[in-house]
Amino acid sequence: MVRHVIAPAKDLPAGNRIRVMIDGKPVLVLNIKGELFALSDTCPHRGASLSGGILTGHVVSETPGEYKYSRAGEILRCPWHAWEFDVRTGRSWCDPKRMRLMQLDVKIEPGASLVEGPYKTETFPVRIEDDYIVIETT
Amino acid sequence: MTLDAPVVHNLDPATGESSAVTKPNRLSIIDGDVHTAPSKLAELAPFLPQRWLEHMQTYGSRKRHGSSYEPYPKAAPRAMRRDAWPDEGGLPGSSLQLLQKQHLDHYGVDVGVMGPLGLSGQGEINLDLSAALASAINLWQLEVMAKPEPRLKASIVVPFEDAVASVREIERLGADPHIAQVFMLTRSMEPLGSRRYWPIYEAAQAYDLPVGFHVFGAGGHPYTGAGWPSYYIEEGAGHATSCQTVVTSLVMEGVFERFPKLRTVMIEGGFGWLPALTWRLDKLLDRMRDEVPHLTRRPSEYIREHIWLTTQPMEEPEQRAHLEETMEWIGWDRLLFASDYPHWDFDDPFRAFPASISDAHKRQILTANGKAVYRLG
Repeated sequence: MVRHVIAPAKDLPAGNRIRVMIDGKPVLVLNIKGELFALSDTCPHRGASLSGGILTGHVVSETPGEYKYSRAGEILRCPWHAWEFDVRTGRSWCDPKRMRLMQLDVKIEPGASLVEGPYKTETFPVRIEDDYIVIETT
Repeated sequence: MTLDAPVVHNLDPATGESSAVTKPNRLSIIDGDVHTAPSKLAELAPFLPQRWLEHMQTYGSRKRHGSSYEPYPKAAPRAMRRDAWPDEGGLPGSSLQLLQKQHLDHYGVDVGVMGPLGLSGQGEINLDLSAALASAINLWQLEVMAKPEPRLKASIVVPFEDAVASVREIERLGADPHIAQVFMLTRSMEPLGSRRYWPIYEAAQAYDLPVGFHVFGAGGHPYTGAGWPSYYIEEGAGHATSCQTVVTSLVMEGVFERFPKLRTVMIEGGFGWLPALTWRLDKLLDRMRDEVPHLTRRPSEYIREHIWLTTQPMEEPEQRAHLEETMEWIGWDRLLFASDYPHWDFDDPFRAFPASISDAHKRQILTANGKAVYRLG
């Protein structure tokens, strides 16, 4: 197991996102209303980077003329062909069996728990007194 | 030679910038549909007479169907990829630098054929404005895009409801080596085989230029035979029927009898509809040959000889083998890759095609057919 320390937590406030490389693969980390999500940043449909996509909601209709809007801000829409992915499951709305984004385990950890390692960080020092966003991979 | 993953994405950890490194021995890519656009009207000023610049500033555009060339709200702002808006402002396709970085360099596109929409004059009710804007966008393509970046080829945008002005434009620019084709739209005042358009085909044939028919256009008619449908999805599906109208009209009116060396390219309408249309036309002709005695061959023969199609937006059947069968029916030598960059329904040259298609066939679609139809050496 490797812990990737990707950014100080204060650098990713709610409503923000960052794209990082983990084991050579792009990963998109989203902070949605204080909750963190980490997903593969490559759309399984045609390969676009999803980091340029909007976060939208889920609109459903049980019968023509009636609409229900839910899950505001939890559906990631690809900037190219508008495929929609649920940030909680990584699954595509249209083709959930075949089209899904790999999810990664992301959390905030205090610097004190990281100084022992093992971890990987690229460009910033880890300080005991701060919190960090950490992604674990096997 | 591999077709699978020619582009390696590198992310610079310091800047967050991505760059693409193209592997050696990659295929040449000819892209039949790249949408460049001036960032704003003022950018056309060097190429547009003051009289028409002021007309646009004062009165603006008035298309034949009463709205902009985009009658339906799109799935993304201005139908653009959200990652293609230049940082410096202006429309996607207006920044040569971003186009080079994000498309030509990123995928290793050797030739991109430009298809200007929007500020191109086509579909303007005022025919003199239509001709002036078409001339301006043609010079803009040459001076701002094709000459600084020879991988980009220009199209002669013609104000096609005015055949005289269209021919004048073809004669003015037809011999320029930066020109790839004559550019028309599928939605016209009359079906495009009509004789009012023949002088355009005659001039295109004389200059050995293909005529590209790109979907969209403001011909003054609703998008379906029963009026305006409700949804953008229906507009998208309707492009295929507008292409069928063009193909049927060109064949039945005898355009290919009259202009036997004419090459035409259907752009951005997909292609899955063509086999069924061809079978139907052949069947009808076999029964009613005497209605169109000017035709000496079956529709399928004219279509096979004179019509090419760009692949985007490709149909995506669940069984990808069905797509391959459809391509087989049409002919591997008739399909040209097109990306439609920077529009949201863009196709990636390395991911759009089913993996089962042989390398030889991919080579035809990505390279050889484009070289042949645009006469690219």
